[in-house]
Amino acid sequence: MAILETRQLNKRFGGLHVTGNVDFALQPGEMHCLIGPNGAGKSTFFKLILGEHLSDSGQILYDGADITRAKPFERIRRGISVKFQVPGIFRELSTRQNLTIALQHHVSPQVLSEEIDRLLEFLKLADDRDKQAGNLSHGQKQWLEIGMAVALKPQLLLLDEPTAGMTPDETYATGAMLQDLNRAGMTVLAVEHDMAFVRQIAHQVTVLHLGKIFAQGTIDEIVADERVAAIYLGESDA
Amino acid sequence: MLDSSRRASILRLVEGPQTMGRGPGFWTGFGLVLLGAIAYPFFADSYDVGNNVYFFNWLFMAMGLSLIWGYGGALSFGQTAFFGVAGYSYGVLTINLGDAYGLTLLSLVLAVGISALFAAILGYFLFFGRISGVFLGIVTLSVTLVLERFMAQTAGPQWAIGAARLNGFNGMGAMPSLTIPWFGGDITLYPDVALYYVTLALLVVVYLGLRILVNSRFGNVIVAIRENPMRAEMLGYDIRKYQLATFVIGSALAGLSGVLYTSWGNYITPASMGMTAASLPIVWVAVGGRTDLTTTMIGTLAVLVIFQSLTIHGSQYALIVMGALLVITVLVAPKGIVIALVDLFRRRRSRQEGGA
Repeated sequence: MAILETRQLNKRFGGLHVTGNVDFALQPGEMHCLIGPNGAGKSTFFKLILGEHLSDSGQILYDGADITRAKPFERIRRGISVKFQVPGIFRELSTRQNLTIALQHHVSPQVLSEEIDRLLEFLKLADDRDKQAGNLSHGQKQWLEIGMAVALKPQLLLLDEPTAGMTPDETYATGAMLQDLNRAGMTVLAVEHDMAFVRQIAHQVTVLHLGKIFAQGTIDEIVADERVAAIYLGESDA
Repeated sequence: MLDSSRRASILRLVEGPQTMGRGPGFWTGFGLVLLGAIAYPFFADSYDVGNNVYFFNWLFMAMGLSLIWGYGGALSFGQTAFFGVAGYSYGVLTINLGDAYGLTLLSLVLAVGISALFAAILGYFLFFGRISGVFLGIVTLSVTLVLERFMAQTAGPQWAIGAARLNGFNGMGAMPSLTIPWFGGDITLYPDVALYYVTLALLVVVYLGLRILVNSRFGNVIVAIRENPMRAEMLGYDIRKYQLATFVIGSALAGLSGVLYTSWGNYITPASMGMTAASLPIVWVAVGGRTDLTTTMIGTLAVLVIFQSLTIHGSQYALIVMGALLVITVLVAPKGIVIALVDLFRRRRSRQEGGA
Protein backbone atom coordinates (compact mmCIF):
# COMPACT_ATOMS: atom_id res chain seq x y z
CA MET A 1 0.00 0.00 0.00
CA ALA A 2 1.19 3.48 -0.83
CA ILE A 3 2.26 5.63 2.13
CA LEU A 4 0.91 8.72 0.42
CA GLU A 5 -1.71 8.83 -2.28
CA THR A 6 -3.65 11.62 -3.94
CA ARG A 7 -6.78 10.91 -5.96
CA GLN A 8 -8.08 13.40 -8.50
CA LEU A 9 -6.65 16.27 -6.45
CA ASN A 10 -7.69 19.72 -7.65
CA LYS A 11 -6.86 23.26 -6.62
CA ARG A 12 -7.79 26.50 -8.33
CA PHE A 13 -6.71 30.04 -7.53
CA GLY A 14 -9.28 32.18 -9.27
CA GLY A 15 -9.16 31.13 -12.91
CA LEU A 16 -5.81 29.43 -12.53
CA HIS A 17 -5.94 25.64 -12.30
CA VAL A 18 -2.75 25.04 -10.31
CA THR A 19 -3.35 21.41 -9.45
CA GLY A 20 -5.37 19.44 -11.99
CA ASN A 21 -6.72 15.96 -11.23
CA VAL A 22 -3.45 14.75 -9.80
CA ASP A 23 -3.30 11.00 -9.12
CA PHE A 24 -0.08 10.36 -7.33
CA ALA A 25 1.20 7.46 -5.23
CA LEU A 26 4.33 7.20 -3.16
CA GLN A 27 5.61 3.82 -2.00
CA PRO A 28 7.11 3.36 1.47
CA GLY A 29 10.90 3.53 1.46
CA GLU A 30 11.02 5.41 -1.83
CA MET A 31 13.09 8.51 -2.56
CA HIS A 32 11.01 10.45 -4.98
CA CYS A 33 11.77 13.78 -6.64
CA LEU A 34 9.23 16.18 -8.03
CA ILE A 35 10.49 18.36 -10.83
CA GLY A 36 9.01 20.77 -13.31
CA PRO A 37 9.48 24.27 -14.67
CA ASN A 38 8.54 27.32 -12.62
CA GLY A 39 4.82 27.57 -12.11
CA ALA A 40 4.29 23.85 -12.64
CA GLY A 41 2.41 23.61 -9.36
CA LYS A 42 5.06 21.80 -7.31
CA SER A 43 4.81 24.07 -4.28
CA THR A 44 1.02 24.09 -4.35
CA PHE A 45 1.01 20.31 -4.48
CA PHE A 46 3.25 20.29 -1.37
CA LYS A 47 1.02 22.75 0.40
CA LEU A 48 -2.01 20.59 -0.32
CA ILE A 49 -0.27 17.57 1.17
CA LEU A 50 0.67 19.58 4.25
CA GLY A 51 -2.71 21.23 4.68
CA GLU A 52 -1.40 24.77 4.21
CA HIS A 53 -3.93 24.92 1.36
CA LEU A 54 -7.11 22.87 1.24
CA SER A 55 -7.99 21.21 -2.04
CA ASP A 56 -11.15 22.10 -3.98
CA SER A 57 -11.85 18.45 -4.69
CA GLY A 58 -10.15 15.09 -4.58
CA GLN A 59 -8.62 13.08 -1.78
CA ILE A 60 -5.34 12.78 0.06
CA LEU A 61 -4.63 9.48 1.81
CA TYR A 62 -1.80 9.00 4.22
CA ASP A 63 -1.07 5.47 5.39
CA GLY A 64 -4.58 4.52 4.29
CA ALA A 65 -6.29 7.32 6.28
CA ASP A 66 -8.07 10.23 4.63
CA ILE A 67 -6.26 13.44 5.63
CA THR A 68 -7.81 15.68 2.96
CA ARG A 69 -9.33 18.09 5.52
CA ALA A 70 -6.93 17.49 8.44
CA LYS A 71 -5.17 20.44 10.07
CA PRO A 72 -1.44 20.80 9.33
CA PHE A 73 -0.33 19.85 12.86
CA GLU A 74 -2.56 16.76 12.73
CA ARG A 75 -0.82 15.61 9.57
CA ILE A 76 2.55 16.15 11.23
CA ARG A 77 1.46 14.08 14.20
CA ARG A 78 0.57 11.24 11.85
CA GLY A 79 4.17 11.01 10.71
CA ILE A 80 4.71 13.60 7.96
CA SER A 81 7.47 16.18 8.35
CA VAL A 82 8.59 19.02 6.14
CA LYS A 83 11.55 21.20 5.32
CA PHE A 84 10.51 24.47 3.71
CA GLN A 85 12.18 26.15 0.78
CA VAL A 86 13.18 29.28 2.70
CA PRO A 87 14.88 27.95 5.84
CA GLY A 88 12.09 27.81 8.40
CA ILE A 89 14.06 28.11 11.59
CA PHE A 90 13.68 30.09 14.80
CA ARG A 91 16.21 32.78 14.00
CA GLU A 92 16.58 34.45 17.39
CA LEU A 93 17.02 31.17 19.23
CA SER A 94 20.18 29.09 19.47
CA THR A 95 20.80 26.03 17.34
CA ARG A 96 20.29 23.92 20.45
CA GLN A 97 16.96 25.53 21.28
CA ASN A 98 15.76 25.03 17.72
CA LEU A 99 16.37 21.31 18.07
CA THR A 100 14.94 21.22 21.59
CA ILE A 101 11.64 22.58 20.33
CA ALA A 102 11.53 19.97 17.60
CA LEU A 103 12.34 17.14 19.99
CA GLN A 104 10.64 18.01 23.26
CA HIS A 105 7.15 16.70 22.59
CA HIS A 106 8.20 13.13 21.95
CA VAL A 107 11.54 12.76 23.72
CA SER A 108 11.67 12.46 27.50
CA PRO A 109 13.63 15.16 29.35
CA GLN A 110 16.14 12.55 30.59
CA VAL A 111 17.43 11.73 27.10
CA LEU A 112 16.69 15.08 25.43
CA SER A 113 20.22 16.33 25.86
CA GLU A 114 21.81 13.16 24.41
CA GLU A 115 19.39 13.24 21.51
CA ILE A 116 20.27 16.86 20.76
CA ASP A 117 23.99 16.07 20.84
CA ARG A 118 23.47 13.19 18.45
CA LEU A 119 21.56 15.40 16.02
CA LEU A 120 24.14 18.18 16.28
CA GLU A 121 26.83 15.67 15.40
CA PHE A 122 24.80 14.29 12.49
CA LEU A 123 24.17 17.80 11.16
CA LYS A 124 27.81 18.86 11.66
CA LEU A 125 26.60 21.71 13.85
CA ALA A 126 28.18 20.63 17.13
CA ASP A 127 30.51 23.64 17.22
CA ASP A 128 27.65 26.04 16.62
CA ARG A 129 25.23 24.71 19.22
CA ASP A 130 25.01 28.01 21.09
CA LYS A 131 25.05 30.25 18.04
CA GLN A 132 21.91 32.19 17.19
CA ALA A 133 20.33 30.23 14.36
CA GLY A 134 19.89 33.41 12.33
CA ASN A 135 23.69 33.79 12.29
CA LEU A 136 24.42 30.37 10.80
CA SER A 137 25.58 30.14 7.20
CA HIS A 138 22.91 29.49 4.60
CA GLY A 139 23.85 25.85 4.19
CA GLN A 140 23.91 25.34 7.95
CA LYS A 141 20.44 26.85 8.26
CA GLN A 142 19.20 24.39 5.65
CA TRP A 143 20.77 21.52 7.57
CA LEU A 144 19.38 22.74 10.86
CA GLU A 145 15.90 22.75 9.40
CA ILE A 146 16.39 19.29 7.92
CA GLY A 147 17.51 18.27 11.41
CA MET A 148 14.36 19.73 12.96
CA ALA A 149 12.21 17.95 10.40
CA VAL A 150 14.05 14.68 10.96
CA ALA A 151 13.90 15.08 14.75
CA LEU A 152 10.21 14.22 14.60
CA LYS A 153 11.23 10.76 13.37
CA PRO A 154 8.77 10.99 10.49
CA GLN A 155 7.81 8.16 8.18
CA LEU A 156 7.55 10.62 5.32
CA LEU A 157 9.86 13.58 4.87
CA LEU A 158 8.85 16.34 2.45
CA LEU A 159 11.62 18.62 1.22
CA ASP A 160 10.96 21.79 -0.76
CA GLU A 161 14.18 22.55 -2.64
CA PRO A 162 16.43 21.33 0.18
CA THR A 163 19.64 22.36 -1.55
CA ALA A 164 18.62 25.82 -2.77
CA GLY A 165 21.59 28.16 -2.38
CA MET A 166 24.01 25.43 -1.35
CA THR A 167 27.48 24.94 -2.77
CA PRO A 168 27.99 21.72 -4.81
CA ASP A 169 29.84 20.15 -1.86
CA GLU A 170 27.05 21.01 0.54
CA THR A 171 24.50 19.71 -1.93
CA TYR A 172 26.31 16.41 -2.21
CA ALA A 173 26.65 16.11 1.58
CA THR A 174 22.93 16.82 1.93
CA GLY A 175 22.16 14.07 -0.53
CA ALA A 176 24.33 11.64 1.41
CA MET A 177 22.60 12.68 4.63
CA LEU A 178 19.21 11.97 3.10
CA GLN A 179 20.37 8.61 1.78
CA ASP A 180 21.40 7.67 5.33
CA LEU A 181 17.95 8.57 6.58
CA ASN A 182 16.33 6.66 3.76
CA ARG A 183 18.33 3.55 4.58
CA ALA A 184 16.98 3.89 8.13
CA GLY A 185 13.48 3.61 6.68
CA MET A 186 12.37 7.14 5.92
CA THR A 187 10.37 7.82 2.76
CA VAL A 188 11.45 11.04 1.03
CA LEU A 189 9.57 13.28 -1.38
CA ALA A 190 11.56 16.28 -2.60
CA VAL A 191 10.90 19.18 -4.92
CA GLU A 192 14.24 19.94 -6.53
CA HIS A 193 15.72 21.91 -9.42
CA ASP A 194 19.28 20.66 -9.17
CA MET A 195 19.48 17.72 -11.60
CA ALA A 196 22.76 16.44 -10.17
CA PHE A 197 21.08 16.15 -6.81
CA VAL A 198 18.03 14.45 -8.31
CA ARG A 199 20.33 11.96 -10.02
CA GLN A 200 22.14 11.38 -6.72
CA ILE A 201 19.10 10.52 -4.61
CA ALA A 202 15.96 9.82 -6.64
CA HIS A 203 14.62 6.31 -7.18
CA GLN A 204 11.66 7.78 -9.00
CA VAL A 205 11.01 11.15 -10.61
CA THR A 206 7.69 12.83 -11.34
CA VAL A 207 7.49 15.76 -13.73
CA LEU A 208 4.72 18.26 -13.10
CA HIS A 209 3.69 20.65 -15.84
CA LEU A 210 0.82 23.14 -15.72
CA GLY A 211 -0.55 21.49 -12.60
CA LYS A 212 -0.71 18.00 -14.09
CA ILE A 213 1.53 14.97 -13.94
CA PHE A 214 3.42 15.10 -17.20
CA ALA A 215 5.78 12.15 -16.90
CA GLN A 216 7.02 9.62 -14.37
CA GLY A 217 9.96 7.25 -14.29
CA THR A 218 13.57 6.85 -13.27
CA ILE A 219 15.89 9.79 -13.81
CA ASP A 220 17.36 8.12 -16.93
CA GLU A 221 13.91 7.61 -18.42
CA ILE A 222 12.98 11.21 -17.67
CA VAL A 223 16.19 12.58 -19.14
CA ALA A 224 15.68 10.44 -22.25
CA ASP A 225 12.11 11.70 -22.69
CA GLU A 226 12.18 14.33 -25.39
CA ARG A 227 8.83 15.80 -24.38
CA VAL A 228 10.26 16.52 -20.94
CA ALA A 229 13.37 18.04 -22.44
CA ALA A 230 11.15 20.28 -24.46
CA ILE A 231 9.25 21.70 -21.48
CA TYR A 232 11.90 21.67 -18.82
CA LEU A 233 15.41 20.44 -19.36
CA GLY A 234 15.64 22.21 -22.65
CA GLU A 235 15.09 25.50 -20.87
CA SER A 236 18.03 25.10 -18.55
CA ASP A 237 20.34 23.79 -21.26
CA ALA A 238 19.57 26.66 -23.54
CA MET B 1 11.03 10.75 45.80
CA LEU B 2 9.85 11.33 42.30
CA ASP B 3 7.88 14.33 43.43
CA SER B 4 10.85 16.03 44.99
CA SER B 5 13.03 15.42 41.95
CA ARG B 6 10.30 16.73 39.70
CA ARG B 7 9.95 19.77 41.93
CA ALA B 8 13.70 20.33 41.71
CA SER B 9 13.65 20.12 37.93
CA ILE B 10 10.78 22.62 37.78
CA LEU B 11 12.66 25.00 40.06
CA ARG B 12 15.73 24.74 37.84
CA LEU B 13 13.67 26.31 35.05
CA VAL B 14 13.82 29.63 36.89
CA GLU B 15 16.99 30.04 34.82
CA GLY B 16 17.10 29.22 31.16
CA PRO B 17 17.55 30.38 27.61
CA GLN B 18 14.39 32.51 27.63
CA THR B 19 15.52 34.74 30.49
CA MET B 20 18.56 36.98 30.20
CA GLY B 21 19.42 37.17 33.89
CA ARG B 22 21.50 34.11 34.78
CA GLY B 23 24.17 32.93 37.13
CA PRO B 24 25.41 34.02 40.56
CA GLY B 25 25.96 37.62 39.45
CA PHE B 26 22.36 38.08 38.45
CA TRP B 27 20.91 36.39 41.52
CA THR B 28 23.15 38.41 43.82
CA GLY B 29 21.81 41.54 42.17
CA PHE B 30 18.28 40.21 42.44
CA GLY B 31 18.80 39.50 46.16
CA LEU B 32 20.20 42.98 46.77
CA VAL B 33 17.32 44.69 44.97
CA LEU B 34 14.84 42.57 46.90
CA LEU B 35 16.58 43.39 50.19
CA GLY B 36 16.45 47.05 49.26
CA ALA B 37 12.75 46.76 48.52
CA ILE B 38 12.17 44.98 51.82
CA ALA B 39 14.18 47.56 53.74
CA TYR B 40 12.59 50.57 52.05
CA PRO B 41 9.60 50.95 54.46
CA PHE B 42 12.02 51.19 57.40
CA PHE B 43 13.52 54.34 55.96
CA ALA B 44 10.49 55.98 54.43
CA ASP B 45 7.31 57.59 55.57
CA SER B 46 4.50 55.01 55.59
CA TYR B 47 2.31 57.39 53.58
CA ASP B 48 4.89 57.45 50.80
CA VAL B 49 5.31 53.68 51.02
CA GLY B 50 1.57 53.23 50.55
CA ASN B 51 1.53 55.66 47.65
CA ASN B 52 4.39 53.92 45.92
CA VAL B 53 2.52 50.62 45.87
CA TYR B 54 0.93 52.33 42.87
CA PHE B 55 4.03 51.47 40.82
CA PHE B 56 3.95 47.83 41.81
CA ASN B 57 0.29 47.56 40.82
CA TRP B 58 1.09 48.07 37.14
CA LEU B 59 3.94 45.61 36.93
CA PHE B 60 1.67 42.57 36.71
CA MET B 61 0.01 44.00 33.62
CA ALA B 62 3.41 44.80 32.13
CA MET B 63 4.69 41.28 32.73
CA GLY B 64 1.50 39.92 31.19
CA LEU B 65 2.10 42.01 28.09
CA SER B 66 5.72 40.87 27.99
CA LEU B 67 4.43 37.30 27.93
CA ILE B 68 1.83 37.91 25.20
CA TRP B 69 3.78 40.31 23.02
CA GLY B 70 7.46 39.93 23.93
CA TYR B 71 7.51 36.16 24.24
CA GLY B 72 4.46 35.18 22.18
CA GLY B 73 4.80 37.81 19.46
CA ALA B 74 1.13 38.84 19.55
CA LEU B 75 0.71 42.58 20.02
CA SER B 76 -2.29 42.93 22.31
CA PHE B 77 -3.59 46.45 22.75
CA GLY B 78 -6.22 45.13 25.10
CA GLN B 79 -4.44 44.76 28.45
CA THR B 80 -6.51 47.66 29.80
CA ALA B 81 -9.75 45.89 28.85
CA PHE B 82 -8.92 43.06 31.25
CA PHE B 83 -7.61 45.54 33.79
CA GLY B 84 -10.96 47.33 33.67
CA VAL B 85 -13.12 44.22 33.64
CA ALA B 86 -11.33 42.86 36.70
CA GLY B 87 -11.31 46.24 38.45
CA TYR B 88 -15.03 46.78 37.97
CA SER B 89 -15.76 43.16 38.85
CA TYR B 90 -13.84 43.56 42.09
CA GLY B 91 -15.82 46.71 42.85
CA VAL B 92 -19.20 45.15 42.14
CA LEU B 93 -18.36 41.98 44.09
CA THR B 94 -16.93 43.64 47.17
CA ILE B 95 -19.61 46.34 47.38
CA ASN B 96 -22.19 43.56 47.38
CA LEU B 97 -20.34 40.98 49.46
CA GLY B 98 -18.57 43.24 51.94
CA ASP B 99 -15.14 42.78 53.41
CA ALA B 100 -15.73 40.27 56.22
CA TYR B 101 -14.66 36.59 56.24
CA GLY B 102 -12.00 37.09 53.60
CA LEU B 103 -14.65 37.83 50.98
CA THR B 104 -12.46 40.52 49.40
CA LEU B 105 -9.87 37.83 48.70
CA LEU B 106 -12.55 35.66 47.14
CA SER B 107 -13.60 38.70 45.11
CA LEU B 108 -10.02 39.14 43.96
CA VAL B 109 -9.90 35.56 42.73
CA LEU B 110 -13.32 35.83 41.08
CA ALA B 111 -12.53 39.17 39.44
CA VAL B 112 -9.27 37.86 37.99
CA GLY B 113 -11.19 34.73 36.93
CA ILE B 114 -13.78 36.86 35.13
CA SER B 115 -11.09 38.73 33.23
CA ALA B 116 -9.45 35.40 32.34
CA LEU B 117 -12.77 34.01 31.11
CA PHE B 118 -13.32 37.13 29.03
CA ALA B 119 -9.81 36.71 27.61
CA ALA B 120 -10.52 33.07 26.85
CA ILE B 121 -13.67 33.92 24.88
CA LEU B 122 -12.10 36.81 22.99
CA GLY B 123 -8.86 34.88 22.48
CA TYR B 124 -10.74 31.87 21.14
CA PHE B 125 -12.17 33.92 18.30
CA LEU B 126 -8.87 35.70 17.68
CA PHE B 127 -6.54 32.72 17.60
CA PHE B 128 -8.83 29.99 16.33
CA GLY B 129 -9.90 32.51 13.68
CA ARG B 130 -6.18 32.87 12.83
CA ILE B 131 -6.16 36.61 13.38
CA SER B 132 -2.62 37.84 13.81
CA GLY B 133 -0.28 40.77 13.35
CA VAL B 134 -1.73 44.24 13.14
CA PHE B 135 -5.32 42.93 13.07
CA LEU B 136 -4.88 41.44 16.50
CA GLY B 137 -3.82 44.87 17.75
CA ILE B 138 -6.81 46.54 16.09
CA VAL B 139 -9.36 44.11 17.48
CA THR B 140 -7.98 44.20 21.02
CA LEU B 141 -7.78 48.00 20.96
CA SER B 142 -11.37 48.18 19.73
CA VAL B 143 -12.50 45.94 22.57
CA THR B 144 -10.97 48.14 25.24
CA LEU B 145 -12.35 51.32 23.62
CA VAL B 146 -15.83 49.81 23.38
CA LEU B 147 -15.67 48.90 27.06
CA GLU B 148 -14.59 52.44 27.92
CA ARG B 149 -17.47 53.93 25.90
CA PHE B 150 -19.91 51.50 27.43
CA MET B 151 -18.88 52.17 31.02
CA ALA B 152 -18.84 55.92 30.40
CA GLN B 153 -22.58 55.94 29.70
CA THR B 154 -23.59 54.06 32.84
CA ALA B 155 -24.22 57.23 34.85
CA GLY B 156 -27.95 56.71 35.50
CA PRO B 157 -29.32 54.95 38.57
CA GLN B 158 -30.56 52.10 36.38
CA TRP B 159 -26.92 51.09 35.90
CA ALA B 160 -26.38 49.25 39.13
CA ILE B 161 -25.53 45.67 39.97
CA GLY B 162 -26.97 44.97 43.40
CA ALA B 163 -25.76 47.73 45.65
CA ALA B 164 -23.01 48.78 43.26
CA ARG B 165 -23.65 51.85 41.10
CA LEU B 166 -21.48 51.89 37.99
CA ASN B 167 -21.53 55.72 37.92
CA GLY B 168 -20.61 56.30 34.29
CA PHE B 169 -17.75 58.59 33.47
CA ASN B 170 -17.14 59.51 37.11
CA GLY B 171 -16.21 55.96 37.89
CA MET B 172 -17.03 53.58 40.67
CA GLY B 173 -15.76 54.21 44.16
CA ALA B 174 -16.13 53.25 47.80
CA MET B 175 -15.40 49.56 47.32
CA PRO B 176 -13.59 48.05 50.31
CA SER B 177 -9.85 47.41 50.23
CA LEU B 178 -8.46 43.90 50.27
CA THR B 179 -8.84 42.52 53.76
CA ILE B 180 -7.04 39.51 55.20
CA PRO B 181 -8.88 37.66 57.97
CA TRP B 182 -6.50 37.31 60.93
CA PHE B 183 -6.67 35.95 64.45
CA GLY B 184 -6.43 39.24 66.31
CA GLY B 185 -8.82 40.97 63.91
CA ASP B 186 -8.91 41.52 60.14
CA ILE B 187 -5.98 43.24 58.47
CA THR B 188 -7.25 45.77 55.99
CA LEU B 189 -4.74 46.52 53.27
CA TYR B 190 -4.96 50.31 53.07
CA PRO B 191 -2.19 51.96 51.07
CA ASP B 192 0.30 51.37 53.80
CA VAL B 193 3.26 49.20 54.74
CA ALA B 194 1.27 45.95 55.00
CA LEU B 195 -0.14 46.38 51.50
CA TYR B 196 3.36 47.20 50.27
CA TYR B 197 4.72 43.89 51.56
CA VAL B 198 1.77 41.84 50.28
CA THR B 199 2.08 43.38 46.80
CA LEU B 200 5.86 42.94 46.82
CA ALA B 201 5.50 39.27 47.76
CA LEU B 202 2.92 38.76 45.02
CA LEU B 203 5.24 40.46 42.57
CA VAL B 204 8.16 38.19 43.45
CA VAL B 205 5.97 35.07 43.19
CA VAL B 206 4.53 36.11 39.80
CA TYR B 207 7.95 37.12 38.46
CA LEU B 208 9.61 33.83 39.45
CA GLY B 209 6.59 31.84 38.32
CA LEU B 210 6.68 33.48 34.90
CA ARG B 211 10.41 32.83 34.62
CA ILE B 212 9.70 29.15 35.18
CA LEU B 213 6.86 29.26 32.66
CA VAL B 214 8.87 30.88 29.86
CA ASN B 215 11.79 28.47 30.32
CA SER B 216 9.51 25.44 30.34
CA ARG B 217 8.48 23.39 27.32
CA PHE B 218 5.45 25.65 27.07
CA GLY B 219 7.73 28.70 26.95
CA ASN B 220 9.84 27.11 24.23
CA VAL B 221 6.77 26.70 22.08
CA ILE B 222 5.42 30.22 22.53
CA VAL B 223 8.81 31.68 21.61
CA ALA B 224 8.91 29.36 18.60
CA ILE B 225 5.49 30.67 17.53
CA ARG B 226 6.81 34.24 17.78
CA GLU B 227 9.81 33.36 15.63
CA ASN B 228 8.02 31.31 12.97
CA PRO B 229 4.42 30.21 13.49
CA MET B 230 4.32 28.02 10.39
CA ARG B 231 7.45 26.13 11.40
CA ALA B 232 6.08 25.68 14.92
CA GLU B 233 2.86 24.25 13.56
CA MET B 234 4.81 22.01 11.19
CA LEU B 235 6.60 20.53 14.17
CA GLY B 236 3.23 19.20 15.27
CA TYR B 237 2.13 21.89 17.72
CA ASP B 238 -1.44 23.14 17.72
CA ILE B 239 -0.24 26.72 17.93
CA ARG B 240 -3.74 28.12 18.46
CA LYS B 241 -3.95 26.46 21.86
CA TYR B 242 -0.59 27.80 22.92
CA GLN B 243 -1.45 31.30 21.74
CA LEU B 244 -4.77 31.19 23.56
CA ALA B 245 -3.21 29.96 26.80
CA THR B 246 -0.56 32.68 26.63
CA PHE B 247 -3.19 35.32 25.97
CA VAL B 248 -5.33 34.16 28.90
CA ILE B 249 -2.41 34.11 31.35
CA GLY B 250 -1.14 37.53 30.23
CA SER B 251 -4.62 39.04 30.30
CA ALA B 252 -5.36 37.59 33.72
CA LEU B 253 -2.23 39.35 34.97
CA ALA B 254 -3.69 42.61 33.63
CA GLY B 255 -6.81 41.67 35.58
CA LEU B 256 -4.71 41.23 38.71
CA SER B 257 -3.31 44.72 38.17
CA GLY B 258 -6.88 45.99 37.83
CA VAL B 259 -7.97 44.46 41.13
CA LEU B 260 -4.89 45.67 43.00
CA TYR B 261 -5.27 49.16 41.59
CA THR B 262 -8.98 49.33 42.42
CA SER B 263 -8.42 48.05 45.95
CA TRP B 264 -5.47 50.39 46.45
CA GLY B 265 -7.33 53.54 45.42
CA ASN B 266 -10.89 52.33 46.15
CA TYR B 267 -11.70 53.70 42.76
CA ILE B 268 -11.92 52.75 39.08
CA THR B 269 -13.02 54.80 36.07
CA PRO B 270 -13.77 54.10 32.41
CA ALA B 271 -10.70 56.17 31.51
CA SER B 272 -8.58 53.25 32.74
CA MET B 273 -9.69 51.49 29.55
CA GLY B 274 -9.36 54.48 27.21
CA MET B 275 -6.97 55.19 24.39
CA THR B 276 -4.29 56.80 26.54
CA ALA B 277 -4.39 54.08 29.15
CA ALA B 278 -4.33 51.37 26.49
CA SER B 279 -1.24 52.73 24.80
CA LEU B 280 0.88 53.25 27.92
CA PRO B 281 1.58 49.55 28.63
CA ILE B 282 2.97 49.25 25.10
CA VAL B 283 5.42 52.05 25.89
CA TRP B 284 6.45 50.55 29.24
CA VAL B 285 7.35 47.14 27.91
CA ALA B 286 8.81 48.31 24.59
CA VAL B 287 11.20 50.77 26.24
CA GLY B 288 12.76 48.28 28.66
CA GLY B 289 12.77 45.30 26.32
CA ARG B 290 9.62 43.26 25.94
CA THR B 291 11.31 39.94 25.18
CA ASP B 292 12.59 39.55 28.72
CA LEU B 293 10.70 39.65 32.01
CA THR B 294 13.47 41.40 33.93
CA THR B 295 14.05 44.16 31.38
CA THR B 296 10.28 44.61 31.17
CA MET B 297 10.15 45.15 34.94
CA ILE B 298 13.08 47.57 34.96
CA GLY B 299 11.77 49.51 31.96
CA THR B 300 8.22 49.70 33.28
CA LEU B 301 9.30 50.94 36.72
CA ALA B 302 11.62 53.52 35.19
CA VAL B 303 9.03 54.81 32.73
CA LEU B 304 6.31 54.92 35.40
CA VAL B 305 8.51 56.90 37.78
CA ILE B 306 9.51 59.35 35.02
CA PHE B 307 5.91 59.71 33.89
CA GLN B 308 4.69 60.24 37.44
CA SER B 309 7.25 62.88 38.30
CA LEU B 310 6.59 64.71 35.04
CA THR B 311 2.88 64.81 35.83
CA ILE B 312 3.39 65.80 39.46
CA HIS B 313 5.75 68.59 38.59
CA GLY B 314 3.13 70.11 36.42
CA SER B 315 4.41 69.21 33.01
CA GLN B 316 1.53 68.89 30.62
CA TYR B 317 3.84 67.22 28.20
CA ALA B 318 4.20 63.91 30.03
CA LEU B 319 2.26 62.05 27.37
CA ILE B 320 4.24 63.65 24.58
CA VAL B 321 7.44 62.57 26.33
CA MET B 322 6.03 59.03 26.48
CA GLY B 323 5.28 59.10 22.76
CA ALA B 324 8.74 60.45 21.99
CA LEU B 325 10.27 57.74 24.18
CA LEU B 326 8.47 55.06 22.20
CA VAL B 327 9.57 56.54 18.88
CA ILE B 328 13.18 56.83 20.05
CA THR B 329 13.13 53.25 21.31
CA VAL B 330 11.75 51.92 18.06
CA LEU B 331 14.32 53.86 16.03
CA VAL B 332 17.43 53.47 18.19
CA ALA B 333 16.94 50.30 20.20
CA PRO B 334 14.06 48.32 18.74
CA LYS B 335 14.63 45.44 21.15
CA GLY B 336 14.37 47.83 24.10
CA ILE B 337 16.82 50.15 25.80
CA VAL B 338 17.77 47.87 28.70
CA ILE B 339 18.38 44.93 26.34
CA ALA B 340 20.47 47.16 24.05
CA LEU B 341 22.59 48.26 27.01
CA VAL B 342 23.09 44.68 28.18
CA ASP B 343 24.12 43.66 24.63
CA LEU B 344 26.54 46.58 24.45
CA PHE B 345 28.06 45.65 27.81
CA ARG B 346 28.44 41.99 26.81
CA ARG B 347 30.02 42.85 23.50
CA ARG B 348 32.49 45.21 25.14
CA ARG B 349 33.41 42.62 27.75
CA SER B 350 33.91 39.85 25.20
CA ARG B 351 36.06 42.22 23.14
CA GLN B 352 38.18 42.99 26.23
CA GLU B 353 38.50 39.29 26.97
CA GLY B 354 39.41 38.66 23.36
CA GLY B 355 42.07 41.40 23.47
CA ALA B 356 43.61 40.23 26.74
